Amino acid sequence: MQLELTAEDQKFREEMRTFFTTEVSEEIRQTVIEGRELSREQIVESQQTLNKAGLAVPHWPEEWGGRGWSELQRHIWHEEMQRAGVPTPLAFNASMIGPVIAHFGTEEQKATFLPATANLDIWWSQGFSEPDAGSDLASLRTTAVRDGDDWVVNGQKTWTTLGQHGDWIFTLVRTDPEVKKQAGISMLLIDMRSPGLEVRPIQLIDGGHEVNEVWFEDVRVPAENMVGEINSGWTQAKFLLGNERVGVAPVGATKRFLARAKDLAKETSDGNGGTLLDDPLVRARIVELENELLALELTALRVVAHSAGGEPHPASSVLKLKGTELQQAVSELLVDLAGPASVASGAGDGSDLAGWARTVTPNYLNLRKASIYGGSNEIQRQIISRGILGL
Amino acid sequence: MDFTYDDEQVALRDAVRGLVGKAYNDYEHRRQTVGEDPGFDEKQWTRLAEMGVLGLPFSEDDGGVGAGPVEIGIVCQELGRTIAPEPFLASVVLAGGLVSAAGTAEQRGEVLGALAAGESVLAFAHDEPGRRWGPKAEKVTAAQDGDSWTLTGVKEPVLHGARADVLVVSAALPDGGTGLFLVAGDADGLAREGYPTYDGGRAARVALDGTAATPLGEAGADLTATIATVQDITRIMAGNQALGAMQTLLKATTDYLKSRKQFGVTLNTFQALTFRAADMYTSLELTHSLVDWSTMVIAAGSPEEVAAAAARASLQVSRGGRHVGQEAIQLHGGIAMTAEYNVGMFVAHLTALDHLLGDGNHQVGVLSTKVGDYGLIDPLDV
Repeated sequence: MQLELTAEDQKFREEMRTFFTTEVSEEIRQTVIEGRELSREQIVESQQTLNKAGLAVPHWPEEWGGRGWSELQRHIWHEEMQRAGVPTPLAFNASMIGPVIAHFGTEEQKATFLPATANLDIWWSQGFSEPDAGSDLASLRTTAVRDGDDWVVNGQKTWTTLGQHGDWIFTLVRTDPEVKKQAGISMLLIDMRSPGLEVRPIQLIDGGHEVNEVWFEDVRVPAENMVGEINSGWTQAKFLLGNERVGVAPVGATKRFLARAKDLAKETSDGNGGTLLDDPLVRARIVELENELLALELTALRVVAHSAGGEPHPASSVLKLKGTELQQAVSELLVDLAGPASVASGAGDGSDLAGWARTVTPNYLNLRKASIYGGSNEIQRQIISRGILGL
Repeated sequence: MDFTYDDEQVALRDAVRGLVGKAYNDYEHRRQTVGEDPGFDEKQWTRLAEMGVLGLPFSEDDGGVGAGPVEIGIVCQELGRTIAPEPFLASVVLAGGLVSAAGTAEQRGEVLGALAAGESVLAFAHDEPGRRWGPKAEKVTAAQDGDSWTLTGVKEPVLHGARADVLVVSAALPDGGTGLFLVAGDADGLAREGYPTYDGGRAARVALDGTAATPLGEAGADLTATIATVQDITRIMAGNQALGAMQTLLKATTDYLKSRKQFGVTLNTFQALTFRAADMYTSLELTHSLVDWSTMVIAAGSPEEVAAAAARASLQVSRGGRHVGQEAIQLHGGIAMTAEYNVGMFVAHLTALDHLLGDGNHQVGVLSTKVGDYGLIDPLDV
């Protein structure tokens, strides 16, 4: 056991820190640090800056832009990026469909999609969940029926995050209704400009438009857009969801928000001549959160240090479960620090209230999603109790 | 950065696990052992000495092995897995740690040599009635007359204080500060009254009344900082011991859920129970991570960094230990309330460890004083 990073990894960390804090647009990083919404253009610009430097998809096969880093280096890359307020590469592209195409795709699919996916020239959306297929994803009912050289798709997807920006959507569709539900699913890549495909916004409790319904009515999809064999989609889905859980505990970003909470508490009066950071209950709450976050970060380090052999460390499901709980708890703390100002989510430039106080409540409400997506936290408990504890 | 044991550490773990497990995997044997004074097995103490365990932390010049904190943590974890009653933590880590840190070469050779050989049990007499945790002595006072020193006042509770051959006693110095003194177990003017603790351990009231004492290290020196650092190291080692106990509790609980039947099915059929077991696992893994990290900080960090790491580990061990312990009893049901079943006693021991050197809320208080002085915590920057 040894605490220090090797000289090589220390150098690597310095390089990452320098790049992220000097090469990525200051305005974009400030937007992230202050918890404001990024525009599509900002997300694209940031990812293209990373991609140009070979830092957008380091975990992909080296042939397609991967870097062959160790698990620890990937972890450092991810943490330093979050610490600096750099938007992490669009998950749908970098973490979800990219690795699936690289692993299961045809050479033609790889050549067509992977460079554009890494560079965010194509914005991918995820078409998995349906109104009646949430945690029980395999119950999905959107169908694809073969007609000549095409698949004809009918049905509805939902919770499609940022689908309003999407160019293409990767979907799971039912291609055989007669077999066990997992065995009749295929993965199709669909151009979102196709006739019959419609994106409808869903307004969320934070007042924003982040997710959508995507409707398919006789949408024709060329047969070469199937990833993997027909009816093998569940294999691709499991591969993708396994990757999704890995980066889903945003330790670095949550740490940054907690550090920011201290600064904001210092700027806010406690009404007794001091600041909120003088309040022993506020201090105690921060200490408890900081300690749990430290424990989580160290658990993530234990996991990456053990994952070198290929098999993920069993504690990895703890990361999603606890990571999202802490993400939510810190967002809740920020609302409480803002106090009465937290109500002013709609205030404009004429407001005297601090900008941060206007965004904290929408963020808090928005982050309730974190314990639902990526395999709900109850699914994670199921994985732990069955897969790890053998219950 | 590496969280794995090397081959020698694995060998040490297996050897200690073998020795300790042979004695106490049978919980009934532990129960019988703690039922009689001195509350542990003197022969097992000798076997631990023969294996080199009792001298692990001390330098070779002092009759020890010169091992590092990771090795000591391994021993504590293994003792915790069976809640072995031998006083390694109180005698070797804490009292021995003080002699090692503050004693003269002669004192170290004599006292630690005997401790490492299993010929002597040490105890640290520090806690005083009517107050909580800290590195200072207040009510036991030291008086000097030429080269001789005497101590007066009451220390209680003193872990293994009645059995100890040598007591390391903290006392308020005439010119301020806290000194450490060696007092022989059979010294005149020393009254000791031992009693069992709820977890099968032993504690004592130790009354000093003009009792002759030998200053540990330089006479009259204020050793408050030394005591604080040794307490910090002991906090981390107590965390290792608690971790071992928590591992056993989770294993016992999952085994029980898989075997116990109600309503004609095993308990693991009920999601209300399995989800709670999953949360126990989460608490255990988070605790494991902080305990391992804090153990590594002992070797890599400054005294201030070790103090912060000890407070952080203790906070998590307190929160996680209570969670795992309380749930272990609840998920077992009535059987865990009985003295003949091991789970309840593991929870009792976790409770004792939690209150040895500061519980979770105490650590929150300690950490709160500094929380505004820094932004992020970087666990690798030690």
